[in-house]
Amino acid sequence: MGEITRKEVEHVADLARLKLTEAEAERYTKDLNAILQFAAKLNELDTSNIQPTSHATDVKNVMREDANRPSLPREEALRNAADHEDGQFKVPAVFE
Amino acid sequence: MSLFDQRLSEVHSQLRKRELSVTDLVEASLQQIKDVDGAIKAVLHVDEEAALQQAKALDERLAKEEEMGLLYGLTAGLKDNIVTKGLRTTAASKLLGNYDPVYDATVSQKLKDANAVVVAKLNMDEFAMGGSNENSGFFPTRNPWNTEYVPGGSSGGSAAAMAARQFFFTLGSDTGGSIRQPAAFCGVVGLKPTYGRVSRYGLIAFASSLDQIGPITKNVEDAAYVLQAIAGYDPYDSTSADVEVPDYLSALTGEVKGLRIGVPKELIGEGIDPEVRESVLAALKQLESMGATWSEVSMPHTEYAVPTYYLLASSEASSNLARFDGVRYGVRAENADNLIELYKETRSQGFGSEVKRRIMLGTYALSSGYYDAYYKKAQQVRTLIIQDFQNVFADFDLILHPTTPTTAFKLGEKVDDPVKMYLEDICTIPVNLAGLPAISIPCGFASNGLPIGMQLVGKAFDEATILRVAHAYEQATSHHQRKPELVRG
Repeated sequence: MGEITRKEVEHVADLARLKLTEAEAERYTKDLNAILQFAAKLNELDTSNIQPTSHATDVKNVMREDANRPSLPREEALRNAADHEDGQFKVPAVFE
Repeated sequence: MSLFDQRLSEVHSQLRKRELSVTDLVEASLQQIKDVDGAIKAVLHVDEEAALQQAKALDERLAKEEEMGLLYGLTAGLKDNIVTKGLRTTAASKLLGNYDPVYDATVSQKLKDANAVVVAKLNMDEFAMGGSNENSGFFPTRNPWNTEYVPGGSSGGSAAAMAARQFFFTLGSDTGGSIRQPAAFCGVVGLKPTYGRVSRYGLIAFASSLDQIGPITKNVEDAAYVLQAIAGYDPYDSTSADVEVPDYLSALTGEVKGLRIGVPKELIGEGIDPEVRESVLAALKQLESMGATWSEVSMPHTEYAVPTYYLLASSEASSNLARFDGVRYGVRAENADNLIELYKETRSQGFGSEVKRRIMLGTYALSSGYYDAYYKKAQQVRTLIIQDFQNVFADFDLILHPTTPTTAFKLGEKVDDPVKMYLEDICTIPVNLAGLPAISIPCGFASNGLPIGMQLVGKAFDEATILRVAHAYEQATSHHQRKPELVRG
């Protein structure tokens, strides 16, 4: 695997909805390369026949009755929002 | 002996005899915060009035001869990623600087049900990412044994506050060692239960397949008390386990005869500070004299655990932290003129540099073209690490080794090198990957006066065994009784 470039770092930042300053873009290019180089150690292991683990304990689907249960009152749910109107969260226009 | 040096059971017997009131306990905590927290900065938010009100209500209950809950009247501090209704909760992030939860985490509710009094929320590395508390969005916490040193992290506030005797117990969370490592650095007891033993509902998620809440206390018996109150299946957390919760206090028999201990050679040899190694070997000798046996074992995939963890935990974090967008909660950036800008500005201004670094790493590891090489590969190595544990547990009852390769380091010593900082977690991370229970207890002091911790790892859902052995060792030694100068009366 090759080095991660500054341009790729900027693309990843965009995917992650982060805006990096010049200094941050430079710093994270360096840091990510160091971390990925460190992670390349895993390639020493042959894992071709190994099942991946997503959870260490037995986790299976948990089902419940589709019944009404008490939920948060609307005013409470909106209480921590920076902006709301008519009982809904408010954000800047998505479309012009 | 100060109030805070007593075991929880001793405090309870005084409450029962009316020699103490809950108001006394709450006032003592508030006073201790005033006296020592200026030096260690473990506390982020405290609600004096609410705590005193709760104390009054609990005192009235006792006067009416009503039943005392398991943690009746005991003051607690909670890591600030555990949501508490009406008490500010920020995960030590500027992004959540104004967040007042509208519900209680299941553990917060269980503490209330057990009649504990949550007095304060405690400092941590932002969103639990870090091992030194230097990544707090507000200020670093300091180690009560020497304030030039870090308390560890990410539950650094919870461990430091316990060492500084500000509460009767605290809760932390542990994703890669975040309860055990700070407990070791601060000379207190830290228990990470089995994954699924304690509900994660209301724990602000970092890496959902690894996160687990647990107690930090002065001694093992207290840890058993607190675990008893918070353990159990929760319909609000579909990963919580529907497994019976035993009586942990009755497990503390002091008996270790015939116990077989495995000591991984990968975690006792090279890379472990000699003073730490000597302390742990002395502890093994002690357990041997009490009738246990131990032998060296090999866990050959240990050296792969840290990179595996950082890929998996960061991937999960990049997904979990996508919710912090300034819409439903959190500090919204101003002057954004469209929605994408609002997200980007909010996140860029609100997150600290380590959180951004991990979101970036996780986003990259999950992105198209790299998923198999990084994320899936790490999941496969996770399987191998779990098999290492299974192999040892086929012949042994528990695994014992240092909690950390060294004692606490100085503030600023490792902030510039993320890989070096990550390698600090080598002794704790494998346990999270395998979802097992583990406890860190004090086992000595280095020549610089800083505490040394050892870790006991048990089989899944067998917290009882590690508590029993830790308790037996503690009964035979006095390391846990030593206190930082700061709180010696």
